[in-house]
Amino acid sequence: MNVRDTGERPMTTQPAIRVQGLQKSYKALEVLRGVDFDVERGSIFALLGSNGAGKTTVVKILSTLLKADAGTAGVNGFDVATQAADVRESISLTGQFAAVDEILSGRENLVLVARLRHLEGPGRIADDLLARFSLTDAGARRVSTYSGGMRRRLDIAMSLVGNPSVIFLDEPTTGLDPEGRLEVWQAIRELAGQGTTVLLTTQYLDEAEQLADRIAILHEGRIIVNGTLAELKQLLPPAKREYVEKQPTLEDVFLALVGARKDTTSTGERR
Amino acid sequence: MTKHFFIDTTVLLGRSLRHITRSLDTIITTVITPIAMMLMFVYVFGGAIRTGSASYVNYLLPGILLITVASGISYTAFRLFLDTQSGIFERFQSMPIARSSVLWAHVLTSLVANTISLVIVVLVALLMGFRSGAGVAAWLAVTGILVLFTLALTWLAVIPGLTAKSVDGASAFSYPLVFLPFLSSAFVPTETMPGPVRAFAENQPVTSIVNAIRALYTEQPVGTGIWIALAWCVGILVVAYGFATLTYRRKIS
Repeated sequence: MNVRDTGERPMTTQPAIRVQGLQKSYKALEVLRGVDFDVERGSIFALLGSNGAGKTTVVKILSTLLKADAGTAGVNGFDVATQAADVRESISLTGQFAAVDEILSGRENLVLVARLRHLEGPGRIADDLLARFSLTDAGARRVSTYSGGMRRRLDIAMSLVGNPSVIFLDEPTTGLDPEGRLEVWQAIRELAGQGTTVLLTTQYLDEAEQLADRIAILHEGRIIVNGTLAELKQLLPPAKREYVEKQPTLEDVFLALVGARKDTTSTGERR
Repeated sequence: MTKHFFIDTTVLLGRSLRHITRSLDTIITTVITPIAMMLMFVYVFGGAIRTGSASYVNYLLPGILLITVASGISYTAFRLFLDTQSGIFERFQSMPIARSSVLWAHVLTSLVANTISLVIVVLVALLMGFRSGAGVAAWLAVTGILVLFTLALTWLAVIPGLTAKSVDGASAFSYPLVFLPFLSSAFVPTETMPGPVRAFAENQPVTSIVNAIRALYTEQPVGTGIWIALAWCVGILVVAYGFATLTYRRKIS
């Protein structure tokens, strides 16, 4: 479904991420068998797939942690294999497991990343991000005392230090409770609102539906479809009109009872 | 080595030093075994061991110091293993930092932690009657040998830290190192050992390192022994550093 584009294009319209013919095997196990996709600048791109589909492998190759066997991948115009250092300057990775230091406080974690990115005023950057992710009160506490949602928010905040232009989020909401998920979704929307390119992997279909501008499904090592939600929906026969009694979902009930913040609820049809 | 190597190493060193100061139990568990051994050997076995030295604690201390280092470096493997498991390792690798600084920070942290442990053990030895009339130069030489020994074993510890599949695997490698001093001149003179054991004891690194340290603080001539001791330390350091770096490159590429 991707239109192959071989023409030279000026820097500004170049996609933020370009993946062509990517292959990767772990010994005899072929994980990626020729993956192609582009991600437009400032968009949210969801890579959808079941467990073991190879989503994490794609993210690891794009974030220079793993070398591909064949194919090319470019991030921000830099090749991940030959210009790895430039790629690392352009990206941030939020891996599958919260990459936070449990023994340090939330603020110290942010300062650590700011220092490693060689930024001026690491303390101020840390305080700004703590405020942005509603972690100011918990900032001085050790991360080992944080809840799963707080940890994930800190993890994402750490990825935003230095405003990298491309962010990889590998299953950012796995293992979070519904409130934690909504908080993370809100954070991702804000990111894209500021022009950051987000590549998100998920196994939750509703997550892709809620967040992504484009969705690609990775299955058995290949991208089997790639399009907007509307385009993907057209792949199936047109919707039939049925009358169904509208029942609240368990999520609605849960969130109503525990009183989730209004601005983070956004499951489309109700409100 | 990139332009940020020193800054990045300093920042990451600050991070792991906080780990140590916030979990002092790692220092305590490091020193508890050597101190217990020192108490047992001095007050239980010591009376029956003839070393030709006036005070057994004076004879014993070098071996105890090496055991302290050997048990201390298992925490380097442990901390490195936890980093690789927790995802923070991958975060660092995906950032624009000098990649070798991740390892160097752990190695320098090990040096600091082991120095603290060694000072504690020496203080306990002083309470138990250890005395030395050695001058500043001799003590600097002892410090130098212990730093080299710590660096050598720390780089050795980096290898299981990077490759282990479990926490136990990451730290278990140090057990043989802890027991190596028993097959050396650390506790008893090698002359009393049967042939093959004696041959092993006299030609393994611990004996030459122990003898050199002992000679230094008892103000005896160190002879050529100290060069053998230094050669062992440097040799282990170079080989361990080489393998550790190779393991690291494989892991991050």
